[in-house]
Amino acid sequence: MSADRDISKVASSNGTVPAAAAPTTGVGKAATWADDRLGLAAMGKKNLRKIFPDHWSFMLGEIALWSFVVLLISGVFLTLWFKPSMAEAPYQGSYAPLRGIEVSEAFSSALHISFEVRGGLLLRQMHHWAAMLFIAAMMIHLLRVFFTGAHRKPRELNWVIGSLLLLLGTLEGFTGYSLPDDLLSGTGVRAADGFIKSIPIVGTYISFLLFGGEFPGDSIIPRLYTIHVLLIPGLLLALIAAHMLLLVYHKHTQWPGPGRTETNVVGYPMLPVYAAKAGGFFFITFGVTALMGGLLSLNSVWKFGPYDPTKVTAGSQPDWYMGWPDGALRIMPGWESHFWGSTWSWNIFLPVIVLPGLLFTVLLVLPFIESWVTGDKREHHLLQRPRNAPTRTATMVALMTLYAMFWMAGGNDLIAIKLHASINQITYALRALVFVAPVIAFIITRRWCISLQRHDNETMLHGYESGLIVRTPEGAFHEKHLPLSEKQIYTMTVRDRGRVGDDDAIDENGKQTLRNKIRALYYDDDVQKPTVEELEEAHEHAEHEAHALTALEGIPPRGELEGSPDEPVQPGH
Amino acid sequence: MSGDAQDPKHEIEAYADELLPNPGVGDHYWRPTDVDPKAERRAERQVAAFFGLSAVCTVLFVLSYLLVKNGYDGDVWLGWGASNLSLGLTLGLALLFIGIGVIQWARKLMADVELSEERHPAASSPEDRSATVAALKQGLNESGMARRPLLRNSLIGSVALLGVPAIVMLKDLGPTNRDVTDSQPYPGAGLEHTVWSQGMRVVRDVVGTPIRPRDLEIGDLVNAEPELIFGTVKGKDAPEDDQLEGASLQVAKSKAATILLRMDPADIVSDETRNWSVQGIVAYSKICTHVGCPISLNERTTHHLLCPCHQSTFDLADSGKVLFGPAGRHLPQLPLGVDQDGYLVALSDYPEPVGPSYWERNTYSVGTVFDDWEKQYGDSAQQYGYTKEAGQ
Repeated sequence: MSADRDISKVASSNGTVPAAAAPTTGVGKAATWADDRLGLAAMGKKNLRKIFPDHWSFMLGEIALWSFVVLLISGVFLTLWFKPSMAEAPYQGSYAPLRGIEVSEAFSSALHISFEVRGGLLLRQMHHWAAMLFIAAMMIHLLRVFFTGAHRKPRELNWVIGSLLLLLGTLEGFTGYSLPDDLLSGTGVRAADGFIKSIPIVGTYISFLLFGGEFPGDSIIPRLYTIHVLLIPGLLLALIAAHMLLLVYHKHTQWPGPGRTETNVVGYPMLPVYAAKAGGFFFITFGVTALMGGLLSLNSVWKFGPYDPTKVTAGSQPDWYMGWPDGALRIMPGWESHFWGSTWSWNIFLPVIVLPGLLFTVLLVLPFIESWVTGDKREHHLLQRPRNAPTRTATMVALMTLYAMFWMAGGNDLIAIKLHASINQITYALRALVFVAPVIAFIITRRWCISLQRHDNETMLHGYESGLIVRTPEGAFHEKHLPLSEKQIYTMTVRDRGRVGDDDAIDENGKQTLRNKIRALYYDDDVQKPTVEELEEAHEHAEHEAHALTALEGIPPRGELEGSPDEPVQPGH
Repeated sequence: MSGDAQDPKHEIEAYADELLPNPGVGDHYWRPTDVDPKAERRAERQVAAFFGLSAVCTVLFVLSYLLVKNGYDGDVWLGWGASNLSLGLTLGLALLFIGIGVIQWARKLMADVELSEERHPAASSPEDRSATVAALKQGLNESGMARRPLLRNSLIGSVALLGVPAIVMLKDLGPTNRDVTDSQPYPGAGLEHTVWSQGMRVVRDVVGTPIRPRDLEIGDLVNAEPELIFGTVKGKDAPEDDQLEGASLQVAKSKAATILLRMDPADIVSDETRNWSVQGIVAYSKICTHVGCPISLNERTTHHLLCPCHQSTFDLADSGKVLFGPAGRHLPQLPLGVDQDGYLVALSDYPEPVGPSYWERNTYSVGTVFDDWEKQYGDSAQQYGYTKEAGQ
């Protein structure tokens, strides 16, 4: 403030510029008060009516988001009673079968929550179910994104963030279900100690530092608790915020369709429709979790009993999302090398340390590998149907098959019991299947997609099967095909024709580069969409046939059938 | 993002390969609630009813909390724990009804006209880029970063060095294997040791009673522990200093757990196994050499022991060799003898480390392990009835 200014002149009005229209309502006054300090209007102007496209598959990520919120709420409640301590004392709670047995405070407080705290068991079960839902929804959301090409430029980094969320969510789940210090989870922690010890050179050090000395010690539960309620949730929150910010900045992808282009986004405004639908869906997710917590019992730790390092139960298994590394561990041959006084546990280190790291890295770099292969430098905001990228779709199905084989191996004992089969033979079969099945799945999926492309062309050129059987004067029967609407054909033909990027130059030996070879595999078996001429010719043919039929049997040509031929096309269909 | 309109070059680098001209967003169809006031009022009543039902469920939740007895001996309805069931149902429905009501509101009563919004390129405009680069350069220039490499490098170095305290601090997370092995803060400390020692009685798990060979019939499998786990030495209370409690008790149990199996001595295959057995009774570490699960599934006719976690299978008649599964090493065998009172005792600690492999582990063949053990304990073990040749 300059000294020569006479402030007495403005003191009476406390401002020099009068507000355009002074708010009169209480809400208006509060909003003005806030905007004077925060400048919210500039942000609200842009975002309150932000458009979100509508499709059921865009809801999968929302399930993950909302189940994370349920996890935060139920988790905070659980911390009010849970005691992350391994101090042992005879159990004195109301669960009679364990009374008098030495248990850790972590275990007895988990039982206290389950039996003495009203609604405590509901909270525990909701928390656990929400965790399963969180991870399952993230996985399915990941598949949706990849199968529809939503990971392409400019969204590669959000793919990376999403993959990190999946990794952290899995670790969060493991640290969480280990906390009650029951026999099942304690067995899992012990196996984890075995995994860590298999790491060459530093494994023993990491194990002793993590456990505060020899397994099990009395530090691991409090430390896992800190990781579970502070470290990983903090990272998850930060990454989810980044994930959402990028979603808002890029705007959501949309399915091709009438009026939908690469440069616009068509849908409903955030306020009110999308906010209501998404907000309502939070309550649906929360409600379903509560119903599951009330109706579906899980992780009954009192039945497992407290952790005792000398005991184990048959059929011990981790939560489902940890099943695939466990399966890899089960089918790995028992390779161990000894030299120079050291032990190298390939049988553990490869399947549970190296393999998950490797597969996670593959997941992270998938968008970058794809753009390297295709050479496509464009931005993409319109989604692709999985059939229109057969090699990409087949790649993910192959990875899913690999996952499924490992996951099955994680239940080899249960399969053996249920099917009365030899566990040895199941294990040997899975050793082969983890290599063979993904290749078979890749080939089948790729050819299947290409067949669907061909089928698309057939319906565009020759119409769809109407279900009307026509008898010709000669007595032959055939099914009448009706043409697709122009909007449907428009939607189906929004796809690239052939290769996109520039091919590499052939090298001096006259050979194709590796990239060109992979690019050929990626693109060259595709069935291309028809040309305009082909469509017109087919259309004329169909008209002609329709008129011939009309003349013959009095069936009105399409357009005079009941119902509108130009029904609004559902995006994506 | 503003200012895109003025810059024709700053566009989304994307095109859709469209075959036909874009027909544009189709016509909007009015919903019954848009055109029929009755339908509109009906929808309004439906939504309000959902919200009302939610409130009813919330009240029922509070009533369940107050009236339904929870816990192990709580109320039971049709075999269900009444408290958890009623609380879960009422809370779940209270939440669901709000969600259903809000979504119904959105679908029936809020405007359903699809709107279109232009996208902006993810990239900044060229002007913004050059302005940012210029600002960055100016800032770096004014700081003298480029002109004063000494300042820059010494700052980077010293800040990077600050990561060291964070890592050094982690050292006191716990003692290392070498620390505990050297200082023996509790009996059997370190990965190479357990609390077993020469003359320590083999007692039953849970109850702690000592075992005579004649107590076991052929085919019997017993989960066993060293008697120190139960605080006794030769049946009498152990000295105060040797008592195990808390973490050291858990550590002791996690390594010393043992299984006893009595088999027909004629079934024993390897000499080492026979030499370390008593009347066909063999003792092995219960801790799997794979990742450390306690092994418990015995196949009585074959003397095979199966780990329930990852199905490694060991042959107890033949030095605990791996027959199947992912384990890389045989199960360590505990040499057995009999004390003057006729109870089973250990002839020594386990001759090799038990449990999962670790990098520093020095691994030898069964024959070498036996020969080394024989040199060290062969003489002193004779007081417990050990003779190498006899193969008891």
